[in-house]
Amino acid sequence: MNKFLWPLIAFIVLVVLLAIGLNLNPREVPSPLVGKPAPAFALPRLDDPAKTFSPEEMKGKVWLLNVWATWCPSCVQEHPVLVEMAKRNYLPIVGFNWKEVRGDGSLDSKPATQEKEMALAIQRSSKLLAAKGNPYQVVTMDLDGRVAIDYGVYGAPETYLIDKAGVIRLKHIGPITPEVLEKKILPLLVELNK
Amino acid sequence: MNGLKRFLLAASLALAALLPAVGLQAKEAADLAADPVAEKRLMEISAELRCLVCQNQTIADSNADLALDLRREIRGMIQQGKSDREILDFMVARYGDFVLYRPPVQSNTALLWFGPLVIFVIGLIVLVRYLRRRSQVIASAPAGLTEAERKQAEALLQSASEPKDSAS
Repeated sequence: MNKFLWPLIAFIVLVVLLAIGLNLNPREVPSPLVGKPAPAFALPRLDDPAKTFSPEEMKGKVWLLNVWATWCPSCVQEHPVLVEMAKRNYLPIVGFNWKEVRGDGSLDSKPATQEKEMALAIQRSSKLLAAKGNPYQVVTMDLDGRVAIDYGVYGAPETYLIDKAGVIRLKHIGPITPEVLEKKILPLLVELNK
Repeated sequence: MNGLKRFLLAASLALAALLPAVGLQAKEAADLAADPVAEKRLMEISAELRCLVCQNQTIADSNADLALDLRREIRGMIQQGKSDREILDFMVARYGDFVLYRPPVQSNTALLWFGPLVIFVIGLIVLVRYLRRRSQVIASAPAGLTEAERKQAEALLQSASEPKDSAS
């Protein structure tokens, strides 16, 4: 073989490797929770904070757990897709409001008590849902983000598809676009509903 | 060294007391004062963990909200008497191996750990083969110059030593 061919081959291999590396998204960290039971929790509901919601209640259904907050621009961006999904009745969507008050870096003063924090969180999230439509069957409020840690949440929006047995089958990081819905969520939904 | 640490601790406490707003920093300083041994362990453990928001920082370095939450979580587990191993396992179970700054040696990280060694060995083999082949070429070459070559060399040397008038 020509000795000038080797550097060329090495160069092409390097370019291919770099091209692959550039097209990977380092923010998409594969979740070890896929294939594992959704962690149990009981969190206050947006519509009535005296009541709690727990994933147990969704046993027997394929459902979506959507992590969001009003301070998260990508969540607002994906909101119309969720509203459309709810309108078409694809599957129940449960909202997981993540650190509505504490997560908002632009908020200067934080409420002093938990009651006040909950009141503010409810006011903020209800306002958004009233204005842009409410795709959620129920919304749970994780004020301090403690439960979110069990789900390995590290940035909103994140969405979990959970099957009838309560096992996480998919974790999508970032907004749900019509493309993600069509290519990732709907095919899996069809399969899980068989 | 110890005196300096103590001074810094006292200074940060005084500063925390002076701050009118009970912000997160002040709260962290208070926690630090409560149990310096646990706090030292907290910093050691969180230096092993990657912050997933700002991925090139550890949880110890980062001031991202998530890092604060996770430090709080680790602090809670230390208070419950969990071992370092248990705390790291807790994080891996939720965020995956990626959360560890020091990747574990296992089948899917074999290339990462041993790849450089493999490349080094390949390089070594290539080098040894090249050197052997070269010494063979040198050994098999005729020892001296042939008569014709010697005359040619002599002629060249002579012409080089003569001043060249064509060069000007």
